[in-house]
Amino acid sequence: MARVVVLGSGFAGQTAALNLRKSLDKKHEVIVVTPQKKFGYIPSYIWVGVGKMKIEDTQFELAPVYKKTKIGYVNGLAQSIHPDDNYVMVNLNAGGEEKVEYDFLINATGPKLNFAATEGLDPDVHHNTVSVCTPTHADHAGKEYLKMVERMENGETIRFLVGTGHGMATCQGAGFEYIHNIAFDLEERGLLDRAEITWLSNEQAVGDFGVGGMVIGKGGYTVSGKVFAEASFMERGMKWITGAHVKKVEKGKVTYITIESSEEKIEEFDMAMLIPAFAGVPLTYIAKDGSDITGELCAPNGMLKVDADYSSAGRGFDNWKKADWPATYQTPTYKNLYAAGISFAPPHPISKPASSPDGTPIVATPPRTGMAAAIIGHAVANSISDIVNGVETEPVHTASMGDFGAACIASMGKSMTKGGAAVIGMYPVVPDYEKYEYGRDMDSTFGDQGLAGHWLKIVLHYLFLYKMKGKFGWSIIPD
Amino acid sequence: MKVKYVPYSQLADAWMKPGPFAKFTQTCVFWQLLKFSYYNLKIIKILAKGH
Repeated sequence: MARVVVLGSGFAGQTAALNLRKSLDKKHEVIVVTPQKKFGYIPSYIWVGVGKMKIEDTQFELAPVYKKTKIGYVNGLAQSIHPDDNYVMVNLNAGGEEKVEYDFLINATGPKLNFAATEGLDPDVHHNTVSVCTPTHADHAGKEYLKMVERMENGETIRFLVGTGHGMATCQGAGFEYIHNIAFDLEERGLLDRAEITWLSNEQAVGDFGVGGMVIGKGGYTVSGKVFAEASFMERGMKWITGAHVKKVEKGKVTYITIESSEEKIEEFDMAMLIPAFAGVPLTYIAKDGSDITGELCAPNGMLKVDADYSSAGRGFDNWKKADWPATYQTPTYKNLYAAGISFAPPHPISKPASSPDGTPIVATPPRTGMAAAIIGHAVANSISDIVNGVETEPVHTASMGDFGAACIASMGKSMTKGGAAVIGMYPVVPDYEKYEYGRDMDSTFGDQGLAGHWLKIVLHYLFLYKMKGKFGWSIIPD
Repeated sequence: MKVKYVPYSQLADAWMKPGPFAKFTQTCVFWQLLKFSYYNLKIIKILAKGH
């Protein structure tokens, strides 16, 4: 009898747990360790952040799902992993500690929102900005946004600042959605002329999204996605600042430097939403002799190293290849330890790195969207299932980001008749310049914008909440 | 060493803005229904390539 433990209940963890339970006989245990009591459909938090959706509509309780699907549930925060002895120490939410032993462990803990990397950025500590990264943050952001709306209705002009709060942040897509939803909502309310909306991002150009941007075919032309991303900002009179590293946030202003200049610049705001840098969650790895081996197993940002070529980072952007990226997500030292979703350490960025003249790195770091996280979680679950079932002795299911594509639906306004979203498809996620002139298959890489995108976004909201509950037919729905 | 195409021009002025017809098509229900089908087919193709 095997025991497979999954740390985390997000897209990667929940997908892995459901697929493990589906593939493994009842005699084998599948256990999820998570401090969460609810699954949160993160892509819809941006709608909560503009008061267009209640936070309850983006969540469901985990306990009943695990009970129904016969998945074990330890509700607590993993503190340390002891890979030589195959157990995890968990601080239980109800109090006390639990030692959770495993035969296989999947670290699907997701990101630590590293607000502390930017002085003054933490909404819970400094209250200078809002965030849409967690349910409580998004709920608060929605309330703050409506206060701004009230001020505009009373005649004030309000300055909104949205983007990234650190030179090495990721998740620009969420910021892009939030800024567009603000603009759309204000336009609908007839208040757009009382708003000054600015995008502030570490991307070298709008539309980079941490994937190096993209080239698409449009009307017989081959064109950079940058043009369309900028066009979407221009459509609503928004301005943009790119290549920026935010050094400090204070009440009503951010201080930043750029790729062009290390001279500090100030941007003032009335309401700001800036995505923080991500790091690995604060988990320590302890060897048999009690020594802390976290530094050996993890990258400096705390994310777990897997089967990637980490020496490739030093070879420079022009020598990066698809083969640098992991495929099985197995850690090299411990064969029964895997990382899925945001928890694995990428070998290097996808986007071309840059820095400020003073050497501060400014590079949009690689995103791991819900789709990518789920695809990886699924592959890892399948590999482990094969090993447990005696079909394989090594992980054979692969999900390199250089071998799968992604569809991203970036909301630009929530309305079934007037809303919209950017629909972006790319194959592969990590560009392969050896195979494709522009890094990606032009037949499967596209970008478009319109109402149908919003319909697609709404369908995905309900479809994925259904799937993640493990309801009838869930496995037919693609990751 | 092959030089990679980096899809960012340094021409900051190369912008584009939708005109009235482009804006109309963005919310034209009939056109968007066709687009909805098109997006789903394209996404299925991307998913199939990854498996």
